Amino acid sequence: MKHLLTCQALSRDDAELILDSAQQMAEAVRGREVPKLPTLRGRTVVNLFFEDSTRTRTSFETAAKRLSADVVNFAAKSSSLSKGESLRDTALTLQAMGADAVVVRHGASGAPQQLTRWLDGAVLNAGDGTHAHPTQALLDAFTIRQRLGEVEGKTVTIVGDILHSRVARSNVWLLSTLGARVRLVAPPTLLPVAAQKWPVDISYDLDSALSDTDAIMMLRVQHERMRDSFFPSVREYARMYGLTAAREARLPGHAIVMHPGPMNRGMEIASSVADSPRSTITEQVTNGVWVRMAVLYLLLTSDSTSNTLHGTGTEARS
Amino acid sequence: MAEPAQKPPKSSTPPGADRSGAGKHILTDADINRVVNRIAHQILEKTKGAENTVLLGIPTRGVALAGRLAARLKDFADISVPAGALDITLYRDDLHMKALRALGPTDVPPEGIDGQRVILVDDVLYSGRTIRAALNALYDIGRPSQVQLAVLVDRGHRELPIRPDYVGKNIPTAREESVRVLLREYDDLDAVTLSGGDA
Repeated sequence: MKHLLTCQALSRDDAELILDSAQQMAEAVRGREVPKLPTLRGRTVVNLFFEDSTRTRTSFETAAKRLSADVVNFAAKSSSLSKGESLRDTALTLQAMGADAVVVRHGASGAPQQLTRWLDGAVLNAGDGTHAHPTQALLDAFTIRQRLGEVEGKTVTIVGDILHSRVARSNVWLLSTLGARVRLVAPPTLLPVAAQKWPVDISYDLDSALSDTDAIMMLRVQHERMRDSFFPSVREYARMYGLTAAREARLPGHAIVMHPGPMNRGMEIASSVADSPRSTITEQVTNGVWVRMAVLYLLLTSDSTSNTLHGTGTEARS
Repeated sequence: MAEPAQKPPKSSTPPGADRSGAGKHILTDADINRVVNRIAHQILEKTKGAENTVLLGIPTRGVALAGRLAARLKDFADISVPAGALDITLYRDDLHMKALRALGPTDVPPEGIDGQRVILVDDVLYSGRTIRAALNALYDIGRPSQVQLAVLVDRGHRELPIRPDYVGKNIPTAREESVRVLLREYDDLDAVTLSGGDA
């Protein structure tokens, strides 16, 4: 595993290795006065963000710093990209600076894949267009495992703007790889045509999906990506697909409520639900750091000539 | 030098397969039992009763050995010594030179290790780099009053000034040789074998 571009490319073993490593990361620094490990000392991680994202960028930055890597933040708005520099030239600049890993967010689906052609270091997709956001899906799976014990056999209902959501796409692939049953609930206008071919159940009715849901994942309505009108009004959307207190009460007792953030309170999720004990929204943020630490560790510390994963094997030690 | 493990720990390996212990047997089941007993007695003697002591095994096989030592201390002196695990992977200085390794568990007694005598337990002592990493890992967790080292096998070839306090068996080896420690907890049998090289 040299890069992390999509969840589709992850085998079940890879995904479980990442989740197990994230668990160990959490335990390795929990309760420490100085929550820092020397693992990536001397390595450089570049955060290359062509879209604004405080949450994901700081999460990657925190993860890299906790592993003692040097972090360079590269925001497209304040860089030569605004002067017309191409992605390739940016990549060559990063290469020349000796970046060991590049964490990239880009509005165009496929940009991280393109970067892997020009960079020697690892490329981590931190969200590309409407394509994929693998570390978000991994932290969601980690959160489900933490709260519900395991992912296998659980029913995860993903609600809302599937069409524009890279989070939903990555979750569909990862959760089904891990053995969960994934159900998409959305207005027909917000479901991609290709969803019929995904390993999911599709429903247009949120109320009928509540009673057998173990985890419900509410997606943000992405106003900024909507050039057409996909539903009649915000009010109608909230009434049909919003997770209200009444709907929350109909979820099974153990069910959890997830949201990748940032939330439109009162639209896709009611404030009281977002702040209820079922809600895992702040845990998801914390878990994001462990998962990103695990991914950075796994991508940056393996022998570059070997792509295979090995067990702990103490006798391998010197 | 030893070969990387090709299988994850805790899965069973049928005798005769990859980890069957092919090579020259150095220690048998009974030998290992005797050696662990002896180390337990030495710990009691050297620490004058093993008060305020914590055993921390280095994954994977050091953890099993730490557990066995704790059980022996209970049998011999009726003293409960906590046995935990200390994963040192994130502290290694050769991570980018070797195949990727999965992280092991770190399990330290809830009361911590401040002021305690920590006995690190590992299966094979070789260059000493693992123990250097373990010392760094340990001091990030707390401040033990003293650190000692117990190993089942010392195969020599130290690259750092590290010396064990308790040694099960010294095995003179060539660098090309591999020492394999098999323990029931992971491998269905107890044995130490030496293979490879011209010897």
